[in-house]
Amino acid sequence: MSRLRIYQFAVIAGFILLLEALCLAGVIDKITMPPPHIIVRDLFRMLLAGRYFGDIGKSLANVLLAFGSAYVLGVITGTILHGYRTARDILDPLFATYYAIPVFAFYPLFIVIFGLGDGPQILIGFLLAIVAVIVTTLNGLDRVPPVLKKTARVNKLSPLQTALRITLPFCAPYLLTAAKLALAYAFIGVIGSEFIMARAGMGYEISYAYTNFDNATMYPLILLILLLSIAANSLLSHWERVLLARRGQK
Amino acid sequence: MQGESRAPFRNTVILIVGLFLFWELAYLVVGEVALRSPWETIRFLGNLMRTDVFWLHLADTLKAFTAALAIAVALGLLIGFALGLHRLSGDAMEPMLVSLYSIPKITLYPIILLTFGLGISAKIAFGAIHGIIPVALFTLNAVRNIKPILIKTGRVFKLNPTVMVRAILFPAAVPEIFTGIRVGFSLTLIGTVLGEMFAAQHGLGYLLMNAISLYNIDLIMAVTFLLVLFAASVNGLLLAIDRRLHHG
Repeated sequence: MSRLRIYQFAVIAGFILLLEALCLAGVIDKITMPPPHIIVRDLFRMLLAGRYFGDIGKSLANVLLAFGSAYVLGVITGTILHGYRTARDILDPLFATYYAIPVFAFYPLFIVIFGLGDGPQILIGFLLAIVAVIVTTLNGLDRVPPVLKKTARVNKLSPLQTALRITLPFCAPYLLTAAKLALAYAFIGVIGSEFIMARAGMGYEISYAYTNFDNATMYPLILLILLLSIAANSLLSHWERVLLARRGQK
Repeated sequence: MQGESRAPFRNTVILIVGLFLFWELAYLVVGEVALRSPWETIRFLGNLMRTDVFWLHLADTLKAFTAALAIAVALGLLIGFALGLHRLSGDAMEPMLVSLYSIPKITLYPIILLTFGLGISAKIAFGAIHGIIPVALFTLNAVRNIKPILIKTGRVFKLNPTVMVRAILFPAAVPEIFTGIRVGFSLTLIGTVLGEMFAAQHGLGYLLMNAISLYNIDLIMAVTFLLVLFAASVNGLLLAIDRRLHHG
């Protein structure tokens, strides 16, 4: 385990040091990218001064809205769909092709319909996230052992009780995977649409800074987004491993 | 997928008809202001296809996309095989690749633009970074899960590493690798079009952004429809091959 950590640490440290050396040596010029230590310093300054807190807050709120709505609706849809074989068979090709479709291509359309506000951005995040949640929930429900379903029937539980007390708790690791995917997709959807066209938000500020050659704003913000999404992902992955370990599946 | 779908062809037809009905219904509700009916969109697309400018944009997107896909597959296979064959490297790098996979790559676009300049190489690079990781991850797992007896057999025959990869590892890992390439295909396409939407002078993504600034709903609908149609039909085809490879 520790050898693994050393390896990972060495890769990350090596990568950062390489960037630092290339920047300081002038191989990567200042206009392209400031050295990593400057980026980190700028990020601290930015956060301490409270600049862009409005944008950061707005982006994160939209990510959470997209994530929350997609997660709740996705789990409910998945649970209901699991009981209807025909409906599931019909939707199956859609699920299999869904992530091949460039959902961002619908963003212009949503702007035309809903106007240039938070709505289209949340909707893109929601649309990207929900199918992953439905598919993962279905996958988990498929693995519920028949004996548990029988227990539910013997105890004369209603479908709702069965879902809440038996099948969904059994699927907990899958529901966690679904959360991880949904959060990543919500992030990609919201930040991506802000980037393409918006009036505020982290994605917007990055693209604005890019147009103005403002590297002192652009790189710290990019770093912040990367850190936030990697932190969220690692946290959920860790929780997932703990849950699987407790069930003796790993 | 757990439960194999029954009568997949009939289901696909029902689904497509359903989606068109939904589109028509949305059009009836929202109206001319923001949407066009399926029929109008198809007709507009037909007219669009008769103009030369459209084919120039399409050719530009396809050129960037093909190059990006070639790079993504080549690098993805290389990384996947290298990490798959070395246990410690694979174990250490896999979670890192997964978190890279989950970041909103669009934020990296300015860096790519600054590195490659405004032009086709930036688009290619952006498409490629979307595709490399899934190809690498699927290849890594494919190589790692090859039955040890196959590798042992290769060792007994004293195969050198090149022959080992070509004659044993690659054929054994093909079904999984193909899944990776299928996922990589879609993501590379999305990446390429996204790149064009943000900064380009040519291509379908550019056409789409241009249509927004001109508030040209016909054009937005037609290009969106074309992209979805292309992505969905190629993916459907790849999915069919994929299932055949997995079920022998």
